[in-house]
Amino acid sequence: MIEFKLPSLGADMDEGKLLEWKIRPGDRVSKGQVVAVVDTSKAAVDVEIWSEGTVFELLVESGETIPVGTPMATLLEAGETPQNARHSPHTAAAPQASVAAAASSTPEPAAGVGRRRISPAARKRAEELGVDIETVDGSGPDGAVTLADVEQAAGASRAAAPQAAIDRQAEMRRAIAAAMSRSKREIPHYYLAEPVPMRRATAWLAQANAGRPIAARLLMAVVQLKAVALALKTFPEMNGFFRDGAFQPAAAAHVGVAISLRQGGLVAPAIHDVGEKSLEQLMTELADLVKRARAGTLRSSELADPTITVTNLGEQGVATVYGVIYPPQVALVGFGRIIDQPWVEDGALGVMPIVTTSLAADHRVSDGHRGARFLAELRELLQQPEKL
Amino acid sequence: MKMTYREAVRQAMHEALVADPRVFLMGEDVGKYGGSYACSLGFLEEFGPERIRDTPLSELGFVGAGIGAALGGLRPIVEVMTVNFSLLALDQIVNTAATLRHMSGGQFSVPLVVRMATGAGRQLAAQHSHSLENWYAHIPGIKVLAPATVADARGMLAPALADPDPVIIFEHAQLYNLEGEPAEDGHCDIATAALHREGADVSLVTYGGSLPKTLAAAGQLAAEGIAAEVIDLRVLRPLDMATIFHSVRKTHKAVVVDEGWKSGSLAAEVLARLAEECFYELDAPPARVCSAEVPIPYARHLEEAALPQPARIVAAVRRMLGK
Amino acid sequence: MTVPYDKPFAQKLLFDMLRIRRMEEKCAELYGAQKIRGFLHLYIGEEACVVGVLHALAPEDNIVATYREHGHALARGVPMNAIMAEMFGKRSGCSGGRGGSMHLFDAATRLYGGNAIVGGGLPLAVGLALADRMLGRRAVTACFFGEGAMAEGAFHESMNLAALWRLPVLFCCENNLYAMGTALARSESQTDLCAKAASYAMPTLKADGMDVVAVHEAAKLAAGHVRDGLGPFFLELQTYRYRAHSMFDPDLYRDKAEIEDWKARGPLHTFSARLKAEGKLTEEEFLALDARAEAEVQAAVDFAEAAEWEPVQDLLKDVHTPGAAP
Repeated sequence: MIEFKLPSLGADMDEGKLLEWKIRPGDRVSKGQVVAVVDTSKAAVDVEIWSEGTVFELLVESGETIPVGTPMATLLEAGETPQNARHSPHTAAAPQASVAAAASSTPEPAAGVGRRRISPAARKRAEELGVDIETVDGSGPDGAVTLADVEQAAGASRAAAPQAAIDRQAEMRRAIAAAMSRSKREIPHYYLAEPVPMRRATAWLAQANAGRPIAARLLMAVVQLKAVALALKTFPEMNGFFRDGAFQPAAAAHVGVAISLRQGGLVAPAIHDVGEKSLEQLMTELADLVKRARAGTLRSSELADPTITVTNLGEQGVATVYGVIYPPQVALVGFGRIIDQPWVEDGALGVMPIVTTSLAADHRVSDGHRGARFLAELRELLQQPEKL
Repeated sequence: MKMTYREAVRQAMHEALVADPRVFLMGEDVGKYGGSYACSLGFLEEFGPERIRDTPLSELGFVGAGIGAALGGLRPIVEVMTVNFSLLALDQIVNTAATLRHMSGGQFSVPLVVRMATGAGRQLAAQHSHSLENWYAHIPGIKVLAPATVADARGMLAPALADPDPVIIFEHAQLYNLEGEPAEDGHCDIATAALHREGADVSLVTYGGSLPKTLAAAGQLAAEGIAAEVIDLRVLRPLDMATIFHSVRKTHKAVVVDEGWKSGSLAAEVLARLAEECFYELDAPPARVCSAEVPIPYARHLEEAALPQPARIVAAVRRMLGK
Repeated sequence: MTVPYDKPFAQKLLFDMLRIRRMEEKCAELYGAQKIRGFLHLYIGEEACVVGVLHALAPEDNIVATYREHGHALARGVPMNAIMAEMFGKRSGCSGGRGGSMHLFDAATRLYGGNAIVGGGLPLAVGLALADRMLGRRAVTACFFGEGAMAEGAFHESMNLAALWRLPVLFCCENNLYAMGTALARSESQTDLCAKAASYAMPTLKADGMDVVAVHEAAKLAAGHVRDGLGPFFLELQTYRYRAHSMFDPDLYRDKAEIEDWKARGPLHTFSARLKAEGKLTEEEFLALDARAEAEVQAAVDFAEAAEWEPVQDLLKDVHTPGAAP
């Protein structure tokens, strides 16, 4: 018997609301199949399954909000029948027994597994004061967020205007706030920037796009994405996750693309295996991703597993972007606008299209020295666009 | 004027016997013996055997007779030696006293007062030490009082006798030697909980024999810089939740101290109502300090370990505050 | 033995028994029609007991009865309309619809229930008698119970208290031989109930509970003793219920022949036969009495049927005395 549990569709997600099942008991499911639509605070996400089998039982009903890790369905493996099924121990959610509770001599009430401990009074007060409860550190037993914690936080950021109705935007804002706050709280960022000449790349791109229908034209963003992915092959310490006090390098480069949404907020779904795909394919996937991100129909794996994020604010006109790393990732690469600048080349002053390429990286994993070499590698890759 | 709890109970009964010829005292050894806790010493001589009525060992019979006498126009005070023995009269209290008014469609009230000792602490072991106040507090149709102070021991009887419905008064046996001051006029209400100590950090809710222990714990907590508010329930049915809610809305934390066992306890009732009515005011999971789930043992150290003690109350508060 | 009463009183006894019989026959029918629900314990066959005893009592006396108390309420003077409405669960019932068949109460006639805990009424009766004694009232408290109650602790405690304190209680045991389905000999080591009661040092008397004259004569003697302040008295009335214990009871434990034997001794037809033989009743008079009883029953049913239900908003009424909270 296989248990299908609600996956975490992002570091900031601790619960989700089931909107729709795409399967019914008795259905055969295969790896990667979309089995459910779950509303995270950010979007309605198609949730895929990574096991094969026959759906036995659906444990959660549409409309239910459940913590990450809650079993949602059971599947029979090949050869299993409901009668002979091997029952896995029913683990309600990813157990995160707190050290404090385990060490305590008196039995504590079962931990609200997977859920931060926030007292009802703290939650209510935070709402009244417009404090984002997710950003408040807990000082109570087992790290619970207490009323005093909220009031202290409110005192520190009185500017925050109280929010009235909670809507999707507010929820997304809350989620982004939580993730970014956590990032800034936990990740010691360092920042580097490097101006990268783009004459060759622009010229190559113009040539490559000549004769293509508009819909099939490549964007510089795709070129940049591919270059980042290839640079990561030499600098694996920029690609992966920092979890439980250790860095876990990722085998492939699933590059998260920061996509701003029209109604506000942003998501950073991944394009998988960017290093292995052609620019044309990447272009197709990027277009699809942007479209689906804005329609709110992203897939769970896209949201859950970017190994690095690339943000391109060139279109918005800025020259340089210093990003905040999306935990548990360890690096973020930023691209600004391509600007014609005075440039000395071979001793002669000329005009060069330049893009400022920046790196925000996790100092727990890499150092500025390696970061600098990563940016240098990226610069070199962009000088040979035909090889991308 | 300072007096003991025992003397306060005695004075209250004396006053009632003098004031109203319909009042009489009935129970095992209330007369010649002077009361098993000496609360009616000298009464037989003063009021005579008709009004100070020694009964045979027939809890069901004489509690039931008290109900009949109340119906017949008297104002009986029925003394049952301990709450454990009162189980022999449970049928009459629950099936008759509490129901008569209702099942007669409001025609008959039962103005009966039943007094009984309750609680542990004297190494009397498992048949004389229990705290079953909540069994009675479960029953619609009766009022349940738990005087925890000399003032209440002195003051609660008169309004209980004036009440047209059955009232059960629990006197914790450990309190009889407690010294204190009665109210100036000797009177008090039997409707409200009492605030014994103010504090902003945590509300300690208790009753009966656990009040002195809770006050001791609050004193200790004050020395540690934790300001505990102490509320004495006083009336176990109907509960004065307004006073508790008011306190918890201030402190946002509640610990209930109850000598009953935790399972199905009064403490459970208080916590449930806090969860129902005060959920969004709570800044920490509410806690209970109750007796261990064991019949009260004889051996002194085991008996002490089984009961709520100041140290356990202090520990519960510290744990709640993360200290 | 001739009936030692004049014609009006003799006919009064007969009519009181008839009223109970006709009302209860109607109750059985209404139960089948689902107008009356819950437990319904019928007294049919035992009417002579309560009629004989209650005619020996005075208005200031108290009555404590059991869950088989329709006859007691009616014979005591509770209006049949109020009894029937109570069984229908209506607000105008004698207990406001809160009690039902097992809990008929009436303050006006000093009927203290309607107690459905076997033996539960006995301590109550002792207390009522205690109050009368202490308040100097010369009243008798008549406490009815079945022989099954004599196995309860409450019986022994109450008998002892009443005798110890010489309280004015008339203990009336309606011995119908079965505690639900358990025959007396199967539940009591001492089947001579008077011998049991006598151990509490109180006078006892057995009477034929199927004969209203025998019951009444015994009750007069016993009540007189109690009223004279000589202490409690135990009266055993040997009787029989024709119907099953309650409407739930399939009556598997009794021999049909036994029931027929007892029916042959039935209180109504034997008494009316004696009155006719003595010239104190004609068939026409009997039919007229019966018609009157039937008419009263029909009127009570109509009353109960038309009576109002208590509004549900009043659910919590009568748990405590209104306005009593100090």
